[in-house]
Amino acid sequence: MTAANTTNILNEPPVLRIAPPQGWWEVDFHELWQFRELVYFFVWRDIKVRYKQTAIGAAWAILQPALTMLVFALFFGKLAHLPTEGLPILVFYYSGLLPWMYFSNSLTNATAAITQNQNIITKVYFPRLALPISAVLSGLLDFAIGLLLLIPLMAYYHIRPGISLLLFPAFLLLAVLMALGAGLWLSAMNAMYRDVRYVVPFLVQFWMFASPVAYASSIVPAKWRWLYGLNPMAGVIEGFRWSLTGRGDPPGAMIIVSLLMALAVLATGLIYFQRMESTVADVV
Amino acid sequence: MTDTVIRVEGIGKRYRVGQRESYRALRDVLSNAFRSNGRRKPKDFIWAVRDVSFEVKQGEVVGLIGRNGAGKSTLLKLLARITRPTVGHAELHGRIASLLEVGTGFHPELTGRENIFLSGAILGMSKAEIVRKFDEIVAFSEVERFIDTPLKHYSSGMGMRLAFAVAAHLEPEILLVDEVLSVGDVLFQQKCIGKMQDISRGGRTVLFVSHNLGAVRTLCGTGILLRDGIVATSGPIDTVTAAYMDALWQGTNSHTVTIPKPPERCNVWMESVSILCNGEPNSILETGDHMSLQIKFRSREPIQKPIIGYLIRSSRGENAVNANNYFLPSANYPKPVTQGTIICDLGDLPLMAGSYSVSFWLCRNPHEQHHVEDVLHFSVEEKDIWGNGALPTKSLSCLWWPTQFRFQRTNEPIRTLELPAPRLSRPGR
Ligand SMILES: Nc1ncnc2c1ncn2[C@@H]1O[C@H](COP(=O)(O)OP(=O)(O)OP(=O)(O)O)[C@@H](O)[C@H]1O
Ligand SMILES: [Mg+2]
Repeated sequence: MTAANTTNILNEPPVLRIAPPQGWWEVDFHELWQFRELVYFFVWRDIKVRYKQTAIGAAWAILQPALTMLVFALFFGKLAHLPTEGLPILVFYYSGLLPWMYFSNSLTNATAAITQNQNIITKVYFPRLALPISAVLSGLLDFAIGLLLLIPLMAYYHIRPGISLLLFPAFLLLAVLMALGAGLWLSAMNAMYRDVRYVVPFLVQFWMFASPVAYASSIVPAKWRWLYGLNPMAGVIEGFRWSLTGRGDPPGAMIIVSLLMALAVLATGLIYFQRMESTVADVV
Repeated sequence: MTDTVIRVEGIGKRYRVGQRESYRALRDVLSNAFRSNGRRKPKDFIWAVRDVSFEVKQGEVVGLIGRNGAGKSTLLKLLARITRPTVGHAELHGRIASLLEVGTGFHPELTGRENIFLSGAILGMSKAEIVRKFDEIVAFSEVERFIDTPLKHYSSGMGMRLAFAVAAHLEPEILLVDEVLSVGDVLFQQKCIGKMQDISRGGRTVLFVSHNLGAVRTLCGTGILLRDGIVATSGPIDTVTAAYMDALWQGTNSHTVTIPKPPERCNVWMESVSILCNGEPNSILETGDHMSLQIKFRSREPIQKPIIGYLIRSSRGENAVNANNYFLPSANYPKPVTQGTIICDLGDLPLMAGSYSVSFWLCRNPHEQHHVEDVLHFSVEEKDIWGNGALPTKSLSCLWWPTQFRFQRTNEPIRTLELPAPRLSRPGR
């Protein structure tokens, strides 16, 4: 191929084909990548608006998990004497609450992502996936701020993270993927059936008690631990605690099951979301 | 390389009828499943757009016209990829931007500056592009002083100007525009039309939907007339608008029009509108007849002061008369109601012979209005106003103003007016 040919191809304006939806897999990651700036702007808008509407802004990102930590420490730790894997109870609850709150907030935001942006959806085109993705990403700032409190907390109890800290980003990524997978399902369902929004708070609550937030997964018999991993958040939270504090055993089979499960939810979520995508502008 | 930039082949879009296809509550789905015990009701469908084919060449400005519900917006949405076609396909060469309303993506909590970036990005500009054009956009919008104020503190006119400034700086190869010119005050509309003219001279391909035939004629070279979702006529803009006018006035003495239910987000909506001539439903009037408009409305919640506005437009696309009760302190119900009838009494009709259409808007507050364009059509017949067989010159203007002509000698002192104003209607008609 000659150089002249190549430039000609580059100068040719993009051709867009419009046709009825077909097939069950039309997810276009290349296009999504082209719209990455829009994802950035959605994240930026969500964060800006959230902090502008609150009086103390970013401080909530610390207050929310910190207050919950105190309540949990009092009721589950001091009164119910649930085991904490040898970790100081404050560190134990805080390191579990951080990923959990990231997950539950992301899930709630992602559920509303389509319906809250219906005026945009019916007026311009962009890959609709940008909305739940940015909902899930915008929670990361709160998460990072919340992480700041963990530093003095761990210093106070003389807990030094070990080499396991290197795996921390992997667990974070797993949490993001899981939030996105479940968020895709819920946002698509919420666009079709508005009562999903009322179901989500219950779902989040049940899910929390099915995850090792208020207790350690060691109370689940070792034989069944891998089954427990079917709840990907179990793997995520255990992984968080382990990677941050370096105490306890690395989550083994459980994390593999969690990873596979998260990927399955994400893949099916993408398919379901994309089926909804082609009609969403007509129904919202 | 061909110079055809839009090629549409047999495209069609089917919607479910009844109320507009809308989201369901899970509850409904469940209860329907039980009620119909296995048998599902046959569904009714309508084709909002059916078997539409056309081509647009590079640099053409095409007007898309047709009555309410003809499928204009649906066609634009298909080309803009907002919704997918049921059948057929289309091919577009070049970057596309769609302008279906002004202020897409604006957020009230964000400042003007932030909203420029947000809305620009949503409409398809890159960040670098917005940074480059930022000063220009701000200058065009004339809201420099408020650029760091949250949008919620803007007047609606200022918000609109900012929104249009962003939209006007889009530089796509193909622009799809839907009725953005029908919002805002007259000056704003003029500015929009001016900008649209610049855009169309700049060699860009534009598809332009409007009910404002005047604007369509000045802006567009060719046109497409849609009727019930299919292409009725296409070609040079003058033939297309003429075909539209002919079809519009042919045997339309429909004095009452029922309005399809609007989308869910409307809190008050019009059910039907009618036109009355001397107290009787009739859409054929004469200059000076007593005319009134009657609007039946419903509201989701009880309201005390529905705000109604109307606009009478001539067949040439000129806005002739408009009024609303927004600033009227007294026009309201003694107790909140959820449905009712509003009568707009126009008095003696000061319009020349010709064909006119009426648009209405109804709302509880100005931000969420139910707007229906050109729903009612009426004609005013020639009338021998002076009883001497001569007729007013209708080709110059559409308003007939009952002017008094007095004649005096050069050095006579000017007399003040003592005579009562002349009435238009003949007594005892
Ligand atoms: N989302 C939807 N669900 C169901 N029906 C729809 C939907 N959108 C449009 N329709 C129907 O499709 C038809 C065409 O609507 P469309 O909005 O394209 O008309 P239009 O020509 O733009 O009218 P107008 O001049 O009032 O803007 C109408 O009968 C309308 O009720
Ligand atoms: Mg329309």
